[in-house]
Amino acid sequence: MRPLTEAETRAVFEKLSKYIGENIQLLVDRPDGTYCFRLHRDRVYYLSEKLLKLAASVPRDSLVAPGTCFGKFTKTQKFRLSVTALDFLAPYAKYKVWVKPGSEQSFLYGNHVLKSGLGRITENTAQYQGVVVYSMADVPLGFGVAAKSTQDCRKVDPLAIVVFHQADVGEYVRNEDTLT
Amino acid sequence: MAALRVEAVLAAAEEQEAEKRRSITVEKELELEYDLGNLLAMDRNPPPAAALRGAGPRREELLRALARDNTQLLVSQLWELPAERAGGAGGPLVAQLPEPTFRLPREKPPPKPRPPTRWEQFARLKGIRRKKKTSLVWDEQAKEWRRRWGYKRAGGDPSRAWLAEVPAGADPEEDQFARLRREKRERVARNELNRLRNLARAHRAGKDTVPAAPLHPTGHQDRDELRRVARVARVSTASLGRFQPRLPKEPAEPPSRSGGKKRRFEPLLGNLAAERSRQLELLRDMGSKKPVLDITRAVNKQMRQEEAEAAAANKGKKQSKRGKRGRRQQRPGRSGKKSGG
Repeated sequence: MRPLTEAETRAVFEKLSKYIGENIQLLVDRPDGTYCFRLHRDRVYYLSEKLLKLAASVPRDSLVAPGTCFGKFTKTQKFRLSVTALDFLAPYAKYKVWVKPGSEQSFLYGNHVLKSGLGRITENTAQYQGVVVYSMADVPLGFGVAAKSTQDCRKVDPLAIVVFHQADVGEYVRNEDTLT
Repeated sequence: MAALRVEAVLAAAEEQEAEKRRSITVEKELELEYDLGNLLAMDRNPPPAAALRGAGPRREELLRALARDNTQLLVSQLWELPAERAGGAGGPLVAQLPEPTFRLPREKPPPKPRPPTRWEQFARLKGIRRKKKTSLVWDEQAKEWRRRWGYKRAGGDPSRAWLAEVPAGADPEEDQFARLRREKRERVARNELNRLRNLARAHRAGKDTVPAAPLHPTGHQDRDELRRVARVARVSTASLGRFQPRLPKEPAEPPSRSGGKKRRFEPLLGNLAAERSRQLELLRDMGSKKPVLDITRAVNKQMRQEEAEAAAANKGKKQSKRGKRGRRQQRPGRSGKKSGG
């Protein structure tokens, strides 16, 4: 386990800011404790100082996962956000997409969101903007990338993709083995 | 009387002007030669005789006057140069000097030639001279001109030679291939040893003859060695290379305490407050770089406004036309008659 280098921190923050914008400050600087990011086996974890001190005394090979995994660095050092970060990103999300009850199941199986399944979408969402997907009952379901801006969403036909799927809570069941 | 006084005043003023002008004009027999790039002026006029004679107050005065005159001429030449104001309207006036033409003499003595190597001494003794060799050799096997040495050389690839004859007086049990390899290695090692010995000899002979051995470019160094040598050269300044300008494509790297052997990270439980402040600063930097005006968003916003206006205008028109009946008919599930008009 080690702290992130300058370049790695920059990559992580850039990815996070695509979804939550300037609210990353609220993750870095919390009033209720010191939280930090640490890298363990190419995965970025978010943990409190208390937990960090406990995890520091565990040998590296035996340590599975300290704190919450936000994502991992791929072989070519690109940062990939994973669904386990949803709990932290959902409250601070800037652009949200609500999905109709009928196509919730489809999204949770890993499919993209079509126009026919789109319930609501935040105003002035740009194209390819990172969005957090909610059900109509305001339960966060996962992340995505807006395939069309809000303007275009109104004009496009019902079977067009409006949100690309990136991560959903169904992965907790599907990819049980690989999630940390 | 007033006229006289006025005339006197005018005459005095004119004399003053002439004095001033005299102080900026200098009469010389021969024109000076100027090299403004070096701020140099060369005066070929013979000095006044009194200045050449022995010490004395007269001599000092003459020399000082000579210096003043020549400096005046140089400065007038400098004022002729194209100039501009540096740093905006209120800045100082800066002249653009031309390229220097005068070749300044050497500051330090030229380097002495390096002492001859052992072979060079022997060759000179014996009278052996270099035989000019052709670059290509005819290869009978391949029936074409091949290099003397190197890639695709004449005589085939020595590493793929499949036959090694046992020479006449050799031990039949000995591995000939191993012997060839060993002898090649020994030759290379001996050659390298001699090269280093020659360098050491030259270095010992005098510091002004040859630079230090590791920094002596041979032309056969690979990229990593050259990079290492460049780093050593950059660091061997009084400030340990902190203020050395970098080449255009050289990456800026912070100095590594372990000499580049191991990648070093921050300590795991280091100062968390400092880490937090560093991350906040990074966030601030990232935030400030975002462009203030995003074209697509501006366009979308405009379109949205227009649509909203159009919708509002339509609503107003429809309501005034339809009236009570129209509103009743707008309820879902009723395909009612269309409103009149």
